[in-house]
Amino acid sequence: MTSARETTTTGSDNETDAALARAASGTVPVGRSPRQLAWIRFRRDRTGVVCAVIVACFILIALAAPLITKAYGKNPYTLYGQDDGLLNSYGLPLKPNGGIDGAHWFGVEPGLGRDVLALLVYGIRTSLGIALCVTVLSVVAGVTVGLFQGYLGGRTDYVVGRFSDLMMSFPQQLFFIAFTPVIVAMFVRPGNAEPTWIRFAALVIVQFVLGWMALGRLVRAQVLSLRTREYVEAARLSGASTARIVRRELLPNIWSTVLVQSTLLLPVNVTAEAGLSYLGVGMQTPTPDWGLMFQDAAQYYQSDITYMFFPGVAMVVFVVAFNLLGDSVRDALDPKTVR
Amino acid sequence: MLRFLVRRLLGAVVILALISALTYLLFFTLPSDPALLSCGKNCTPANVALIHHNLGLDKPVPVQYGEYMAGIFTGRRLPLGNCPAPCFGLSFANDAPVWTILSSRYPTTLSLAVGGAAVFLTVGVGLGLVSAWTRGSLFDRLASSVSLMGQSVQIYFIGPLAIYLLVDRLRWLDPGADPDWSHDPAGAVGGLVLPCLVMSVIFWSNYSRQTRSLMIEQLAEEHVRTARAKGMGRGYVFFRYALRGAMGPIVTLFGIDLGSVFGGAIITETTFGLHGLGQLAVAAVTQTDLPLEMGVMLFSSCAIVLFNVVIDASYAFIDPRVRLL
Repeated sequence: MTSARETTTTGSDNETDAALARAASGTVPVGRSPRQLAWIRFRRDRTGVVCAVIVACFILIALAAPLITKAYGKNPYTLYGQDDGLLNSYGLPLKPNGGIDGAHWFGVEPGLGRDVLALLVYGIRTSLGIALCVTVLSVVAGVTVGLFQGYLGGRTDYVVGRFSDLMMSFPQQLFFIAFTPVIVAMFVRPGNAEPTWIRFAALVIVQFVLGWMALGRLVRAQVLSLRTREYVEAARLSGASTARIVRRELLPNIWSTVLVQSTLLLPVNVTAEAGLSYLGVGMQTPTPDWGLMFQDAAQYYQSDITYMFFPGVAMVVFVVAFNLLGDSVRDALDPKTVR
Repeated sequence: MLRFLVRRLLGAVVILALISALTYLLFFTLPSDPALLSCGKNCTPANVALIHHNLGLDKPVPVQYGEYMAGIFTGRRLPLGNCPAPCFGLSFANDAPVWTILSSRYPTTLSLAVGGAAVFLTVGVGLGLVSAWTRGSLFDRLASSVSLMGQSVQIYFIGPLAIYLLVDRLRWLDPGADPDWSHDPAGAVGGLVLPCLVMSVIFWSNYSRQTRSLMIEQLAEEHVRTARAKGMGRGYVFFRYALRGAMGPIVTLFGIDLGSVFGGAIITETTFGLHGLGQLAVAAVTQTDLPLEMGVMLFSSCAIVLFNVVIDASYAFIDPRVRLL
């Protein structure tokens, strides 16, 4: 759009030139910003667009969970199975296929008897919420650390680099398992009732603590090569402050890396959070959580395999969509890379 | 080589010392009093004081940490009982030395990790090689979509499905079992097949993708083209020239993945009901058994850091151009 306006407002010589060029090649030359080019490339990528829609749906589900369950007429806490007698004496749904019927579209949960659809919608909300917080924090921290590490170099680079090495040598899964309760205990005395948000915060903190290094390194490496470029040196010579150089000269160049990496980081964080809840150290019943559904389902898979399918398939679709989206974003932003 | 090993081992010692210090600090000095954590719901001040004394928490933190670390090499006499040489303290839950528990549990995790890694390296690199060889073919395209699926499933989803299908329904494989290598090696292998397979699935894809692109990159190198131009066979050049060049980055990738392999083993253990370090760590957390937790943490960090040194040293064998300094 901007380019079109430019051609009309420039002088008549230019206009005739443009007209000549148009006549010669048969196309209208249009100047576009890198962002517009990336957007156009992305829109042409059908897989990418489909995946973006799926991802948007998941995010919408997470955001609109209360509305969805309200429209659906169930909530994720009521024990429908027990209250309405939908479970047999072993806690298994009476109806076939996990108790799927008109009232409970995805069936009822074995054991407690909550509604699976409501549980899943709220579970996605919890897991996605935690993963999103972790991703945002990790990206902000990773970019900040990487930028300053790369730009300042020297001793700062060395010290921060060794620190990030140290953090990377922690066995991640074990670190999460071990420190989630420690962080919870910082807020609540053991034995006291524990509000859900504290678990939430603890999970965010432990995953964040070990989550920023990979991006930090990538950004550092990029900045190392960027900071000796002429335009950065020119900015420095003309007296620009460090903050300005970082913000105006360096950040715009690492944007695409950051975007791609965050798209790939989010599903990793979702599955990590679900994994922790699955192991029993993440969110606790009765809070609806994606990972807890797997933990539950793992106890009943021999008699009620249907229950496992809903969270399972949802998660596979989610992760596939996110990974493909990440690839498409990369292709759109950096068309030179060949997969 | 020797100089490299000494340097890397010293580095490993420093990293381990820092990990242990940080872990100790987080476990024992945060506002969360381990005595409160460990004495659970019926906590009296007398209990707390007793636990403090038993744990040596009445001393300053650096002294505690020093004693703990010295105990690993020399053993300790603790108020609750004797703790022989590799002393990681005594478990809160049953007063047994942590090392005894650890040494009974780690074979399961180690077998799983090694077995799983063997499977995913073979399958992943193998698939990648075939894809690169038949680049652009139906197999190549199929393999890349399978890879995408593999990358997107979770152990806690396919594990139960695999048990349901392959064990309960088709009866093709044994359900997972803790390996007992000294008494029943055949049974140990049988019990590990399914867990290792399930665990490896999530790693395949990355290796096949990387191997494929590395091989394609290598095949375009000039020395490879020269070798072909000299009249060497396609297969010979593929394996002896290109694969050799692609090996280094694959090994690097494996080194980076070691931690995730361990993490995968933990989730696999839980899924198959095996009793390894992961299950121990979860149990220790639920019982707030801090010395045990600390032990598992240190032991696993140690294993991962040492494996990494081994992997770095292996570059020298893979790529003769690499000089280890």
